[in-house]
Amino acid sequence: MATDTAPLDHDEATQSENDAWDGAAAPFKASYGKLMMWYFLLSDAFTFAGFLIAYGALRFSMPTWPVPDFVFSTAPFGIHEWFPGDKAPLIFVTFMSFLLIVSSVTMVRGVQEGHRENQGGVVFWMLLTVIGGAGFLGCQAWEWSNLIGVEHMSITRNPFGSPTESGTYLMADGNKSTAEEDQFIAGSTYLIHKAGHGHGHGDDHGGDHSGDHGAGHGEAQEGEKLFLAQANQMVDESGVDMANIPIGGVNFPCFYLDEQGFIHRKYLSEENEKMGVQEYSKQEFGPKAFGALFFFITGFHGFHVFSGVLFLVIIMLNVASGLYVKRKNGYEMVEKIGLYWHFVDLVWVFVFLVFYLL
Amino acid sequence: MGHHSYEEAKKAVFRGFWLLFAVTLIEVGVSLAGKGHIPGLEWLEDYQAAIYSIGFIIIVLSLYKAYFIVYEFMHMGLEVPGLRMSVLLPMLLLVWAIIAFFNEGTAWGNRRQQIKDKDKIELVKTQTDQAPETRSSEE
Repeated sequence: MATDTAPLDHDEATQSENDAWDGAAAPFKASYGKLMMWYFLLSDAFTFAGFLIAYGALRFSMPTWPVPDFVFSTAPFGIHEWFPGDKAPLIFVTFMSFLLIVSSVTMVRGVQEGHRENQGGVVFWMLLTVIGGAGFLGCQAWEWSNLIGVEHMSITRNPFGSPTESGTYLMADGNKSTAEEDQFIAGSTYLIHKAGHGHGHGDDHGGDHSGDHGAGHGEAQEGEKLFLAQANQMVDESGVDMANIPIGGVNFPCFYLDEQGFIHRKYLSEENEKMGVQEYSKQEFGPKAFGALFFFITGFHGFHVFSGVLFLVIIMLNVASGLYVKRKNGYEMVEKIGLYWHFVDLVWVFVFLVFYLL
Repeated sequence: MGHHSYEEAKKAVFRGFWLLFAVTLIEVGVSLAGKGHIPGLEWLEDYQAAIYSIGFIIIVLSLYKAYFIVYEFMHMGLEVPGLRMSVLLPMLLLVWAIIAFFNEGTAWGNRRQQIKDKDKIELVKTQTDQAPETRSSEE
């Protein structure tokens, strides 16, 4: 009917162009579903961008920020112990990135097989994609449980602090240490440990912690390990009831035990030392925002991966059941979930950049 | 990729994999070098210019990865210009968002430092104010 109402003085070309926008035709040469998937991804990109820009703004507003290569330097199965200093900076997250890249590649292959109407091929490549996505989620679960359970990070607490000034830690007798590993520079990152949690994977029974049963996470240097063993022993011998630490914490010559059982090492800052002031500082928690941002942003991304895996499974089962054979549209549904899946990989490129690389 | 034959398209996908793999490895390597983890390159950490250029390199490589995923894996290159632009152009708004919010973040930081410094001055002032008082009460 559109041609009837169109003005007669229009030439052929303009007329068909007008028709294209009258409905029924697809000016963007894409189906409604695919187009809307693109626009959904656009809006989702803005959500993620908002989160990541918030991270940047807060990071810029803080005098110090935990160094990512220190925070993310552990790996499951004690793999980080194969590396110098028992630290595997960014190695595990790099592996996680590869998992997502691989699953993205298998997804492209699935879409290609779909265009050829090859049912078996689509199921095969989608299955590999699901395995990649599930593997990524498993890695993230380990990363989170390590951060929460072993390193005691939470939405409101960030045990990864950075000193704003260089200095030297104190020894057990309260004097400045002379050991080289007890010196640190401004901007480096330390992890505040919980008493009794020094070594094992979350084992909090008191007693002898100097045994070498699997070094805990984030505590690399020998000096730090030694200090922790010493500090735990001092806490044990002082008879402080760990379940009921007095308000205001307990003061020790070389550290301060806070009400929640965290051990804040004491140090003499270079500036105070130069001026001859015998005033000691103690390790402070890092910016709170770090924990909240980490859990919200990687959690939001992980949730996308999770729902992506769910939809992949559903569509894979549909493919296997032969549902899309009848549609004869080159498995467009696979293409649409493929777009979503690549987007999840795309977001990870930026989460990886912002949280781990910079 | 759509213009290629099936065999060529298949090859292109795996070429894409190795490309993303290599770029990611380079990114991690460059990042670790900038943080003094690569033996022999620890001196990089001491130069502000080196750290800035490393950040710049990583960001450019990440943007390249993003471009590659969108254009090759998501076939954005094969869509009509109207669709392409309606998705990509709105992203330009983020350029301003980044500039504005990072500026804002820096301002928050400066303000916090200002307040800290002021508190220090105030503390010294109250201490000096109290000093004569205690003396007079002693007299």
